[in-house]
Amino acid sequence: MRVRGLRTVLGRKTIFDGVDVDIPRGKVTAIMGPSGCGKTTMLRHITGQRMPDAGRIEIDGANVPTLSRQALFDLREKIGYLFQNSALLTDYDVFENVAFPLRQHLRLPEDVLRNIVLTKLEAVGLRGAAALMPAELSGGMARRVALARAIIRDPMLILYDEPFVGLDPIALNQVLRMIRTLNDTLGVTSVLVAHEFSAVARVADLVYLLAGGKVVAQGTPEALRKDPSPWTRQFFGGEADGPVPFQYPARDYATDLGFSEAAR
Amino acid sequence: MNARSGPFAGIADALAQVGACGLFGLQVLAALPASLRHWRESVRQIWFTGAMSLVIIMTCGLFVGMVLGLQLYYVLSIFGGTAALGTVVSLSLYRELGPVVTALLFAGRAGTSITAEIGLMRATDQLDAMEMMAVDPIAYVAAPRFLAGIIAMPLLACVFNALGIFGAHLVGVSWLGLDNGTFWSNMTSSVDVWKDVVNGVWKSVAFGAVVALIAVFQGYTTAPTSEGVAHATTRTVVFSSIVVLAIDFVMTAFLM
Repeated sequence: MRVRGLRTVLGRKTIFDGVDVDIPRGKVTAIMGPSGCGKTTMLRHITGQRMPDAGRIEIDGANVPTLSRQALFDLREKIGYLFQNSALLTDYDVFENVAFPLRQHLRLPEDVLRNIVLTKLEAVGLRGAAALMPAELSGGMARRVALARAIIRDPMLILYDEPFVGLDPIALNQVLRMIRTLNDTLGVTSVLVAHEFSAVARVADLVYLLAGGKVVAQGTPEALRKDPSPWTRQFFGGEADGPVPFQYPARDYATDLGFSEAAR
Repeated sequence: MNARSGPFAGIADALAQVGACGLFGLQVLAALPASLRHWRESVRQIWFTGAMSLVIIMTCGLFVGMVLGLQLYYVLSIFGGTAALGTVVSLSLYRELGPVVTALLFAGRAGTSITAEIGLMRATDQLDAMEMMAVDPIAYVAAPRFLAGIIAMPLLACVFNALGIFGAHLVGVSWLGLDNGTFWSNMTSSVDVWKDVVNGVWKSVAFGAVVALIAVFQGYTTAPTSEGVAHATTRTVVFSSIVVLAIDFVMTAFLM
């Protein structure tokens, strides 16, 4: 998968200003960056949910922004997408949530469908929760059910949107292990968007750091850890101020407080 | 001058909403054949919007009929025409009150829940998740609810009419002493199946379509926040009520 010259403007804000990204086949690639830098927007461009203002996004030779709706749907059948909030269908139980893509696209005998669903639920450790409703699941369990649903059709590409948010250390380790295992056993390409460098470093083969509409750093987690640029030092070191300012652009502080007027 | 920010911003916004709703309606119509694949979902929605609305429709139908019976008996007795009570009540119900009041109740009961449900699906990324699973949410979510509205509304209006006539009979015959035979025979001799009953059914089909379309559109396009869902639900009731009454006038003018 390749992204070339990606440019996106939302309102008055330039989200991407000529971004180039290469996602190697069969690897786990992480896209990181401060909040609001466009990580989720990047995933939405990749899946064709949002079209960029300019640039190419090539998946398996197809340029996503130029695809018809039907071609996009054909492409999405080969992509698994893990939503940040899991996005489980609240009317259906865990089993039916995972079975949903199969029921919609394939006419499988019920016993075959049942076996596929239970296999995927077993892979995420939730075969015993098949009859539960989404409202009965914890955040970590819902994330794992969503993951089972994302891999139900053995996709070639899995996109993870903030998979580590809100997970306790046990659930975090489970999700990390599943991402790595799925990648190694199924041979899929994985793209994950996240903030947590310590977690990303344990699972990613390649990391892109986005900021200010551009790719400001890229490389293996180990290389980025040693990178001396102020972007990587601030982001991975967790420094409050730096190239990414702590303060949102504002008028002069003294003027806002009325001190300069009083002095006059 | 930008129409969206000038003094006519409200009108421009309303026209934009009408246009967007019309285009959305065309998308829903185009998705209807595909939605037939999800017939179980359509049946579930007919149950949810139709059968689950029966209690409120039956209760209101009964009381509207009783009030009509009481009021009209009083008015007709001034002219010595109480024998026409069955005729006047049934014509009022079949031609106007049945379809219109059922549509207003349908908007309040089923329309709001459709909007809130789809709005929450939007807010919790369920519609986006369907898109990502290569399932068209318009065919899977919007079209079955639209279809359910068209099917359920005329059936509910018929139930409303039946209970209304029963309510008027209860008041006129059982309470005020009108002759039972007179009540029914005058009604059956004056009511025309095609001109009165079927025209009322057509009206309720049209009302079902617009109420369901407005409800689905408001839910589908809601801002993904709790405030957005609340506003969308309110808009469903307000817009549905206005459009139902406006269409009622137009259809009455053509069907007279």
